[in-house]
Amino acid sequence: MYVAVKGGERAIENAHRLLAHERRGHRTVPEISLVQIAEQLALAVDRVMTEGSLYDRELAALAIKQARGDMIEAIFLLRAFRATLPRFGVSVPLDTGKMQVRRRISAAFKDLPGGQVLGPTFDYTHRLLNFDLEDQSSVPPPSTSEAQDSAMPRVSDLLAADDLIEASPQADAGTPVGDLTREPLSFPAERDLRLQNLARGDEGFLLALGYSTQRGYGRTHPFAGEIRLGEVEIDFFAEDAGFAVPLGRITLTECQMINQFHGSAAVPPRFTRGYGLGFGHCERKAMSMALVDRSLRARELGEEVKAPAQDEEFVMSHSDNVQATGFVEHLKLPHYVDFQSELGLVRMMRAEFQAAQSGEPLAEAAE
Amino acid sequence: MNAPVYNFAYLDEQTKRMIRRAILKAVAIPGYQVPFASREMPMPFGWGTGGVQVTASILGPDDILKVIDQGADDTTNAVSIRKFFAVTAGVRTTTSTNEATVIQTRHRIPEAPLREDQILVYQVPIPEPLRFLEPRETETRRMHALADYGLMHVKLYEDIAVHGHIATTYAYPVKVDDRYVMDPSPTPKFDNPKMSDCAALQLFGAGREKRIYAIPPFTKVVSLDFEDHPFERYRHDGECTLCGADDSFLDEVITDDRGGRMFVCSDTDFCEKRRGDAA
Repeated sequence: MYVAVKGGERAIENAHRLLAHERRGHRTVPEISLVQIAEQLALAVDRVMTEGSLYDRELAALAIKQARGDMIEAIFLLRAFRATLPRFGVSVPLDTGKMQVRRRISAAFKDLPGGQVLGPTFDYTHRLLNFDLEDQSSVPPPSTSEAQDSAMPRVSDLLAADDLIEASPQADAGTPVGDLTREPLSFPAERDLRLQNLARGDEGFLLALGYSTQRGYGRTHPFAGEIRLGEVEIDFFAEDAGFAVPLGRITLTECQMINQFHGSAAVPPRFTRGYGLGFGHCERKAMSMALVDRSLRARELGEEVKAPAQDEEFVMSHSDNVQATGFVEHLKLPHYVDFQSELGLVRMMRAEFQAAQSGEPLAEAAE
Repeated sequence: MNAPVYNFAYLDEQTKRMIRRAILKAVAIPGYQVPFASREMPMPFGWGTGGVQVTASILGPDDILKVIDQGADDTTNAVSIRKFFAVTAGVRTTTSTNEATVIQTRHRIPEAPLREDQILVYQVPIPEPLRFLEPRETETRRMHALADYGLMHVKLYEDIAVHGHIATTYAYPVKVDDRYVMDPSPTPKFDNPKMSDCAALQLFGAGREKRIYAIPPFTKVVSLDFEDHPFERYRHDGECTLCGADDSFLDEVITDDRGGRMFVCSDTDFCEKRRGDAA
């Protein structure tokens, strides 16, 4: 009897074996390959890479397969792997102005240098189930054209030229960029750490927070100044060589929100920025991140902090889904001894309550 | 594909050095919560990642490790963590409190007195004793800095005013070395007196909250109370059904659906040893 209430090594082993069996699914169905996941569930791979903070499509696909499609579990797997990797250094800041753009839209201007490029998007599709996809479908090849050589300047840079929007903050070579995976977070946190936190943050959490700012909980009057998707080269300054060497290209989604700002006694009225960036194609995440980034600048811009999305301690302490899921799910662990202590207290308080009801003296009722 | 090669006890040496520095600082300032750059571990946050990181950083090849959860060596999470270190560090493991050099625990302190050559590592979910009175870290750090613990005393006083006694049964706050108010992790308050003047080093790791704190050996630890309402240990008034102990913390086990129940030692090693000695 006593043994039956405790877990055991064999129980765990058998549970994991059963899990592996369930993950595989019916043996007559072909096993899904990592290439299939990376190619055909590409947006899932992008999300796992972004919130897992590791750009590796193959490992992200493996994590998704192992996690049976549970995104947060997959993100967790990738994070735990990443935590053991040695750190060689920090790349040269990316120049998204030099992105090889596949999609670029601005909701602020009808037309602009480089034009509007729709690219691969769910926007303007009708959300009707396509039953052709039930079986293997034949998909016509996309139409193509020559890649444009002309630069595609960022909308925010065009506005900044007229001082209508605050300048993009410049990197200070003397101050290393913060890294909350290497240094414990403390508050108040500067924008570099806030952006890192948001980039790793849960898409659903940031979506809801961003949404709340649109519904009046800390309004920021945003315009989607620009969203761009494409490939950017990463350079790494090699101490040995003495110059920056290209490491390769990664796919990024960047969102620059343009927000109203009335100015202050010292600052003329001009637009402010909210910034979002993620690995792969992740527009919802990048836009939500940009909204929340702008909200979290309330302190810096002298705005009253009254809504959840403006409260950096609240947002940053609860945005990480790996932390959140761990702590919520830890309630599954045994709490026998604490519950036992509470049981004792409730019984004592009930005895006191009943004694008081029947008019007996209190002291004798206590255990 | 990149095949991972893991270091002794999983963590890389740089990370261990960072954690050891935090531990040294924690030992130097008893009861003070030292921030550290907690890593993602291969088990979920809230499931002992703080304790696991501390254990991984202090473990040597000659150590003998014991892991308990709710006082027992055979609860699932204790089995899982013990196995983790058996695989990644290859250290000897034991269920004997007496034999172990490092004991990682969740929610209990072993019944057997600990020795100077032992280290007790606690898994901590919420390291901040003031958290449920003040949710903001910026505020609670200020309160600790100023030793401004009035809020905690007001809470305990209100318990007495409303209930006639302090209504905290586990994670009962303590003051360490006359300075910092500290959360003992959710151990039942029955265990609080064992923390004081303990011969073993006590280390506390909170992974998700990124904090490490410590009680050095032979340090004074006082459970908060009032002169007219002194701290009281809670223990179910009875004996262990299996070993007859009348001084150990007891788990209640429901034996049928007609109200049947029995009480047994939560510390399985303590209980087994007593039964072995009696036989």
